[in-house]
Amino acid sequence: MAEQIIFFIFTLIVLGGGLGIVFTKNLYYSALFLSLTLSGMAGYFVLLNAGFLAAVQVVVYVGAIAILILFAIMLSRRMMTSTEPQSNRQTWLAAIVSPLLFIALLVLVLQINWPVSTAAPASDYLLLLGMNFLGSYVIPFEVVSVLLLVALVGAIVLARDTSTDTGREG
Amino acid sequence: MTAIPLSWWVTVATALFVIGLYATLTRKNAIAVLIGLELMLNSANINFVAFNRYTTPNQVGGQIFAVFVIAIAAAEAAVALAIIIATYRRRTTVDVEDIDSMKF
Repeated sequence: MAEQIIFFIFTLIVLGGGLGIVFTKNLYYSALFLSLTLSGMAGYFVLLNAGFLAAVQVVVYVGAIAILILFAIMLSRRMMTSTEPQSNRQTWLAAIVSPLLFIALLVLVLQINWPVSTAAPASDYLLLLGMNFLGSYVIPFEVVSVLLLVALVGAIVLARDTSTDTGREG
Repeated sequence: MTAIPLSWWVTVATALFVIGLYATLTRKNAIAVLIGLELMLNSANINFVAFNRYTTPNQVGGQIFAVFVIAIAAAEAAVALAIIIATYRRRTTVDVEDIDSMKF
């Protein structure tokens, strides 16, 4: 029972943040709602016996990606104070299609009787994670580290200001 | 066995995915589109971890995939924001409807 109450609280945080992202006019508030949603996700991971992922979620998503997005918004100052409508011409079409897709996916997914196991969760899942990362998943692990390096170099090259005399905004 | 049925997790993940899809489809600002993408990636993560917890609780395959998804989302966000900043510097707009010089 207590778990269900905690689940509802986190659902309120996650989905409320998500709706805030969609319906707020100011992009800056959108990014703040994003960090709220991502924090709620960390709570979900704790409920699902994935404490390591909860820490990763807080450090990488809330600590890095949300802050990066806030930086990008602040660097382009006109966006922060813009009050013009943020949505495009497809709004009505998307407002029809999205709930329909939600209902269709739910009907599809809830029909299936998933093979739920009643076994107790692994108590030493951190050990298992480490063994798997350096065991059967070592190739994807190394590929992801190379990908992160490439993304780092690429981001620096792309965002570097090549023209030092013009086009620099405060 | 936890007190929360698996279908609840699936429902929440579906709702979050649809919210992200709506944000991606309707927003004009490129950064807002990126925020919608992050929401969709997160809803996939809920599914990975929930199915890991409920169908194979004594293994960690789903959690490993979620870690990969988070790492790739970080790489994607860094590159995308660099492109957005470069675009803003060059054209002083990040409205995806104005950046259409590659469109016929």
